[in-house]
Amino acid sequence: MGKFILKRILLSIVILFCVMLIIYTLMHSLPTNYIDTMAQQLAQRPGSNKSAAEWLADLNAKYGMDKGILGGFFTWLKSAVVGDFGESWVHNVPPTEKFADVIGISFILGAVSMFFEIIIAIPLGILAAKRQYGAVDYTVTVVALVGISMPTFFVATLLKLIFGVKLGWFEITGLTSARYYDTLTRFGQIMNQAWHLVLPAITIIVISIGGLMRYTRTNMLEVLNADYIRTARAKGLPEKKVINYHAFRNTLIPVVTILGGSLPSLFSGALITEQLFSIPGIGYTAYQSMIVGDIPFTMFYLSFMAILTLLGNLIMDVLYAVVDPRVRLS
Amino acid sequence: MSIFKKKDNKGVGYISAKTSRKISKFNRKVTKKLEREREDAGKDPELYTTTMKDPNNVVEFDNVCTYFFTDIGTVRAVDGVSFDVPKCSTVGIVGESGCGKSVTSLSLMQLLQRPSGQTVGGEIRFNVGDGKALNIVKTPTAKMQQIRGNRISMIFQEPMTSLNPVFRIGQQVNEVLELHHPEMTPEEVKARTLEMLELVGIANKEGVYNMYPHELSGGMRQRVMIAIALACTPELIIADEPTTALDVTIQAQILDLLRELKDKINSSIMLITHDLGVVANMADYVVVMYAGRVIEKGTAEDIFHNPCHPYTIGLMKSKPVVGKQVEELYNIPGSVPNPVNMPNYCYFKDRCEMQCDKCKGQYPPEIRISDTHIVSCYRFMEQGEVVGYPKSTNVEEL
Repeated sequence: MGKFILKRILLSIVILFCVMLIIYTLMHSLPTNYIDTMAQQLAQRPGSNKSAAEWLADLNAKYGMDKGILGGFFTWLKSAVVGDFGESWVHNVPPTEKFADVIGISFILGAVSMFFEIIIAIPLGILAAKRQYGAVDYTVTVVALVGISMPTFFVATLLKLIFGVKLGWFEITGLTSARYYDTLTRFGQIMNQAWHLVLPAITIIVISIGGLMRYTRTNMLEVLNADYIRTARAKGLPEKKVINYHAFRNTLIPVVTILGGSLPSLFSGALITEQLFSIPGIGYTAYQSMIVGDIPFTMFYLSFMAILTLLGNLIMDVLYAVVDPRVRLS
Repeated sequence: MSIFKKKDNKGVGYISAKTSRKISKFNRKVTKKLEREREDAGKDPELYTTTMKDPNNVVEFDNVCTYFFTDIGTVRAVDGVSFDVPKCSTVGIVGESGCGKSVTSLSLMQLLQRPSGQTVGGEIRFNVGDGKALNIVKTPTAKMQQIRGNRISMIFQEPMTSLNPVFRIGQQVNEVLELHHPEMTPEEVKARTLEMLELVGIANKEGVYNMYPHELSGGMRQRVMIAIALACTPELIIADEPTTALDVTIQAQILDLLRELKDKINSSIMLITHDLGVVANMADYVVVMYAGRVIEKGTAEDIFHNPCHPYTIGLMKSKPVVGKQVEELYNIPGSVPNPVNMPNYCYFKDRCEMQCDKCKGQYPPEIRISDTHIVSCYRFMEQGEVVGYPKSTNVEEL
């Protein structure tokens, strides 16, 4: 097992290097160039004694953009491996500092959504499998598929319209109520933030629940047709125990595996949802940095995402061995 | 432009969309009604308690009809099957694949794939002692769960997949004991499990107790399955082709083990197999099935020394005999009729080499030709007494 993990980690490093190189190349070739924009602005400022071209050359030298793609990449990589990601051009602080500021809210949003996703989707999937081709199965499946098929922005807008505008239960954007947030007690402030997170969380749950539910259903159906389930029934076990114990433990193998794999995604934020609801999380911040071409922050964020994805795959493989005794030995 | 050519769909097995809808609608109606009846039957024990015809039998099958309501029509997998399993004896059920052997045993356990598979007619009487019997066909699931694994247990064909891969062997044997003997302490349960593992010939019982199924060979797993089946000393063990997936040496060991254990705990065995050698070796009584019906039954002696039905004769001819040289093994010509559209004459007539004029008439009755020997063939109409006709259940009337 140790050897296997080591092998996977070494392979991950190679993949990570390639991913970073590709991202850097793309960022470098973006049509939106932060430095260009800066140079234009500085040149037009009253009292500027340099032309835009001169400013551009200056800034390029200052930001290390004059070394070409490969040169720039290796300069960035050299400092990145020791934990120095430079300074975010937009936020004027190191990306790690900005990241620490905004990750909390994204993590909470992700964790809450994932929790509800699990406790809704898995029981629904099992229920649908138990009543295969029954009314319950069809209803659950249709609802789940509608959830999967709707784009995030549509669900978000719909929720905003119904619960924000028509019913007036929630505010439609932001994390805090700007008018009276400061007058609240500490507890009141937390509740106020939680209240603002309800609609984004529902949006994420609605669009992600279908996949997990279908996955659980398919696996449960496969398990329910297995010979050992017939054995369990032949032992005289009550149906409840057959499903909730014998079948469920086996269904859990693939489900735990993919859930474990998606654990790191708790830290990646929900880029679109945070954007739609103006929640200042990591997804929102990363998007804002990306559209103005803030290379240090974007590089940091995307490398972080790549590491999370690779970590997720590794966790998935390890978890598989944990839940399935058959893979434990080899 | 072949893709625009209208395909000729009206071949064998073709069902128009309209018929298909009609069949599904009918199936839903019937299965729903049967499921509801089963639920209702559970409320009144009178409805499923009955008496044995002969108290020396463990199980009596009386004109059992088990049908599958499929999308292409009603499949009469078991259609009017009658036979008895006497106490402390081994009954071998023989027949080719798909003749209804397994479905008969699954009906006895109520383990059919519901709702499409239903026992729609007849009685399966299970002796519960004191002159009382349960009609398994009508017994509610909750009551059935006290019988399964406890008084009737089953050994399956596929030891490789019949044990749950995520639980330890000990746990899986314990489970059946804990379920049916809640009064036992955990220590007693463990002691009993180890005893059972030893009984089925597992040398390293402590080690195996803590192993997972994938760490054992097929033969070992089948031994564990037998340990599970015998743990509660059942009155009847159904062995559904217990040795089909095992190699020949292990096969002999498993069969010896079964025979030995059966005498030790005084149970009966219903041995389902298509291997005539196994039956000759093990069985006291033999039931030969063909296309969902019993065509011949009797003691092993009757069947092996005096086979009467042309199908049984064909079976005997088609098995290789040691010391006898033949150019080519005999095989019975033709194939089994379509289970959805069974003919109304003898099911074997189209393949039979001994048919006579009478065979064109209705399905032959069961004819008793000796005290123990019953055969369904018109050739014996004059030589024996007619016991009765197997009756199908009319699904339209359900």
